[in-house]
This record gives sequence, structure tokens and C-alpha cells, in this order.
Amino acid sequence: MGDKVKTINDLMRSINRPVRLMEVCGTHTVAIFRHGIRNLLPEDIKLLSGPGCPVCVTSVKDIETAIGIAGIDGVVFTTFGDMMRVPGDKKSLFNVKAEGCDVRVVYSPLDALQIAEQDKRKKVVFFATGFETTSPSVAGTIMEAEKRDVDNFFIYSVHKTVPPAIKALLDSGEVRVDGFILPGHVSTIIGSKPYDFMASKYGKPSVITGFDADDILSGIMMLLEQIASGKAEVEIQYSRVVKKEGNPRAVDIMNEYFEPEDAEWRGIGTIPGSGLKLKDKFNHRDIKDIFRINVPECSEPKACSCGDVLKGVKIPTDCILFGKACTPEKPVGACMVSSEGSCAAYYKYGPAPDIFK
Amino acid sequence: MDLIQMSHGSGGRMMHQLIKDYFAPAFDLRAFNDSAVIENISEGKIAVTTDSYVVSPYFFPGGDIGLLSVCGTVNDLSVSGAKPFYLTAGFIIEEGFPLDHLKKILGSMKAVSEEIGVKIIAGDTKVVDRGKGDGIFINTAGLGVIQKGINISPSNVRPGDRIILSGTIGNHGISIMAQRNGISFEPALLSDVRPLNRLVELMIKTTKNIHVMRDPTRGGVATTLKEIANDSGYCIMIDEETIGVNPAVKGACDLLGLDPLYIANEGILAAFVSAEDADKLLDVMKSTKEAGDAAIIGEVVETPAQTVLLKTNAGGIRIVDMLSGDQLPRIC
Repeated sequence: MGDKVKTINDLMRSINRPVRLMEVCGTHTVAIFRHGIRNLLPEDIKLLSGPGCPVCVTSVKDIETAIGIAGIDGVVFTTFGDMMRVPGDKKSLFNVKAEGCDVRVVYSPLDALQIAEQDKRKKVVFFATGFETTSPSVAGTIMEAEKRDVDNFFIYSVHKTVPPAIKALLDSGEVRVDGFILPGHVSTIIGSKPYDFMASKYGKPSVITGFDADDILSGIMMLLEQIASGKAEVEIQYSRVVKKEGNPRAVDIMNEYFEPEDAEWRGIGTIPGSGLKLKDKFNHRDIKDIFRINVPECSEPKACSCGDVLKGVKIPTDCILFGKACTPEKPVGACMVSSEGSCAAYYKYGPAPDIFK
Repeated sequence: MDLIQMSHGSGGRMMHQLIKDYFAPAFDLRAFNDSAVIENISEGKIAVTTDSYVVSPYFFPGGDIGLLSVCGTVNDLSVSGAKPFYLTAGFIIEEGFPLDHLKKILGSMKAVSEEIGVKIIAGDTKVVDRGKGDGIFINTAGLGVIQKGINISPSNVRPGDRIILSGTIGNHGISIMAQRNGISFEPALLSDVRPLNRLVELMIKTTKNIHVMRDPTRGGVATTLKEIANDSGYCIMIDEETIGVNPAVKGACDLLGLDPLYIANEGILAAFVSAEDADKLLDVMKSTKEAGDAAIIGEVVETPAQTVLLKTNAGGIRIVDMLSGDQLPRIC
């Protein structure tokens, strides 16, 4: 790994200006902290966190709707654990669970299906959150529910997709980024092609990168090589897992059940075609079609900078709430809630102690 | 199958039969009085601790709630420098609980307490309505004696002290989490639940310079070290490379987005010892079955005060803080 750090230093000398790289995915943000990578890099490489934490980008309105569904008599509301603490307008799913709503943490949508099979009197709803890494398994679970005639299994989909979000960031013009570290696990499903526009239309280098320390250093090195030689390509560092075409079967099943819709991203706003909704022929699985939950217009907490953090415009410590009014114990914004949110990562791991630089 | 009924907890004939058939053979209850009477046990200071056990599932790979309820309390006494002598055990059992499960749990408590020479001298049983408990909850309290001259406290920690960790981390928490969620490992991953009193006795005999010991249970090694850094005022510098993590634990943590440093353990301890005795103590520990994987994982330095720093495998340095809330598995 020392060799890579040396190459990175050499490349930076030849580039001879500060470089700003965005790690799109929260898993990368945390991995960069956990491996202590920031203090291995020269100071003029700035790493920015992007919008790639599904917990962080779930809108206040979607959380309020989830809370509304969980409060209906006879509903078992199932969710991935991360979503439990995310604050809606006033409450979180944790709060309403304590108040008596039947909210359960599951590790996979199949667990939710099993709950539905075991208790047919209940309407079991799965809170379908996450990017392309989770949506195929939700699609697969609906397929199973259809096959096994489990009529009391529903989903509430707030699934999102990564490429439209990056396009929106690039279109906004607010974000100054020289290159992107793209999430390896999303590309195990979608491959590299959906990112081609980043190079062809926007001239931005990107590298699909794995998650251990060596992967991340390699990804950064490959980005710097592109920048140094003035190229812009979509490269795959995580090639032991990611194929250019991704996993066509997983993409097919995702496309069979879901179609794109406009989606609201917390702090960012509506991004065209960045959400996934169930296709019309599976309406009977869509809890929004079973119950009409009317949630009043929700605003995001005042003074919270999650939006700018998610866009890479600010770093967490720029926010006036950070570490004071907003901590992992009492989060205001979603970036502080998720263990993979950038604010939570900055709070937990802190800045690298200067004495070891 | 025989099941626990409400009347098993009502104080009448059925309760007495339950005590006679199940609890008395497992414990050292002597006379059925309202309290156990202990003769003057030893010179030194008395250490007392209590802990409640609510683990679900109550049978898990490598142990059960009974074994855990004895080991947990024995270990809390041990790492305070006390030799454990007596335990009490209180049971809250849900109506409908299978009696053969109770028998198995009591059997584990009997076996381990006999093995380590600790007596369970008082007990209590309550039965709650079906749906009001999660099968079985156990509270144990323990009493031990700290011999003269033994002083285990974070205020003894000094720069230069070495930190010895007695085994690999995360086995208990991950084995439970896996069992709850139907994940299996090949080879099977077992909880590390085990009594540490004999190990500690041997350690205390080996050197007088153990400054503090802790068993990193809930919150894991990270939280334990941060507590000691806070209480002692110094910085604890640890090296990721030296901290043993079973490949199954590492794999599961990668999958679920967890950090093994924060996962619960039930059969390891961290000991802070002066540098000159560290190697000798490590050798003695490694010769035992409880601490075959022991290793020196770091040392105490002056600054930055009240901080734990980790040197990562990649060569970077990061701050290790306390766990906030629960570690929740991530979505992707």
C-alpha cells in the first residue's frame, strides 16, 4: 500500500494543483475514515462525500408517510434497521414503535415476507429503501409473494437510483469536483455503462471502486492518473466483482417490477427519474394504493445543512448545528442519523489528529 | 411437553415442587430460608455486582442464557480483581416456557459454577403471563473478595502501560446476530462466553503491576478502551494489525456494515500492565485455554488526553469513540 501512496504523491506533483474528489457512497465515506486514509493522502487532495447514503436522502415526507402507515391498525411495518432513527417532522419510527406501533427491524425483505406468511391477518409492509443494491432483492421478494400467493405482503417503495443523482449534481453546476469514486456494490448490479455520460457529456473521470483500504487507494490513484493525462473515462477498479455489463438478471428483474419516477431527495429536492415505483400491474402490492396516507407538507429542519453536505458543497463541520444541536444521539438531519451518513462519520471519527500527519 | 404455568410462580405447592425438582439440584441452596447466610468468608475487601440477562435467542451457538448469567457476573467480579465466591439467581419466566429448556439452562449454570468453584446460594422465581416476557430473563448478583494489596482501577493507568487483549473480538455479538437472522457460518461461529476467574487469578499471581482490567461486553473493545482513556486522562494507542478478528466475524461485519471493535464479547478481557511485566504476563496468559490468542494490542501515551487512537492496517490513524446508540445494520 505504501507504493500506492507514493504514486499518489508523485501524480499530485505532476498535476500541480489541488484536486477535489467525491466519494458518492456513504460506505466509502465510512471506509475512508475507518482505514485512516485521509492522513495518508497529500493535503491538496480534498475528499468530498456525496449523496450516496439511502438513509440520508429519504425525504421527511417519506418518513412521515412511513410513520402514518405504521400507525394503521393491523399493519406490521418492517424496515431495515438504519431507517429506525431517521427523524420525520417530529418523530422517528423508533418513537412510534415505543408508542405501540408494530414496527420490526428485518435484515432482508424475505424476512418481511415470512412474517406475512406466518400471520395472514396482518398487513405486512416492507419499507423498500436503498439503491440498486437492494431493489433487485425487493423485486425478487415480490416475485416470491406472487408465486406463493401471500396476499398480505406490501411494499412502500422509496427506492432511488444513483446515476440520475450524479447527473443532477453535475447539472446543478454548484459542485466543483475533479473526479468521482463510484460505489462498487451498485455496479455489481448495473455495471459501468449507466455512468458513461459522466465522461462523454461532462468530461469527468470516474472509477468504480471497492471498499477495502487498498481498493480505495487504487481508485484514487486511477482517478489521478486520468486527471494527470487529461482523460475522462469510467474505469473499474473493483474488477474482481464488477463486470462492465453488471448483472443483467438482476437488472431484468428490477425492470420487470419497477419503473422510474421522479423522487424527492432530502436536502436536494426532486430529481427526475431517480426513484423506483412499482409498475401498474403490481399495484396490489403497493401500500400507497391500499391506504391513502395524507401527510401535510413537511419542511426540512431550519439551519440543517444536510442538503449542501449531500451535494458536496459543504463538509459536515461547516454546518452550525454539527456536534452541538445535532449529534448521533439527537440528530437533526439525516446525515447524522445513518451510520454511513457523512456527518455521523465526521462526528464519530473526527478529524485526523494533526500530530500524526 | 411440560410447560411453565402461572401457578409455578404463585408461591404454592407447584412452586415448591419446581424449586425442589429443578432449582435445588442445580444450586447450593442448603436450607430453604428467606436468606442465605454466609460465614466470615475471608480477609480483604468485598466486591458485589449484579447484572440481568435477556439474551434472545436464549440458546445460542456456544452457550445459553444460563451459562451467560453465571459467566457475566463472575467476569465482572474477576476483572475488578475479586475472587468470586457466591452468586444469587433470580428468574423471570414466561408462562408456557418449556420445562426441559429450563432444565437445560439450569444444567449449564450448575456445570459452570461447579467447574469454577462458585456457589449459587440464593434464588427467586417469578412467572409472568404469556406475551409479557421473552421466554426467560435471569438476574444474577455476585459476591467476591479482593485480597489485600490488589488495586485495580483506571486511576492507576500510566503512560507506557501495555494493553493485553486476551482473545479475538466480536464472536459473541456476531454469533447471536447471525442466529437471530438465520445466517450460518462454516465452520460454525461460537459465542466466546466463558468464565475468566481462573485466568485472572493466574494473572494476578504473575504480576502485581496490572493496573486495570475490563471485560469488553456491550459496546465492545472500543467503548471499554474509551472509558479507560476518559477515566485515566491519557491516550490509548492501539494497532489494528494486532487485534484478532475471526474471519467469520470480519465477513459478517463487512456484510452488515458493522465495526468489530464495537461488537459485544463475553469471554475476553483487556488488561493494562506496566511495560516491564507485559511480555511475562502475555506468555502466562497464552499458555491458558481461556487466552490462547492473547496479544499486546497497544500502549498508553500522554496525549492527546482522553483519546483512543487506532493505527489502521492501511497505515492511517483514526480516532476511536464510544458507540452512539445501537449499531444498526446498514441497507447497502
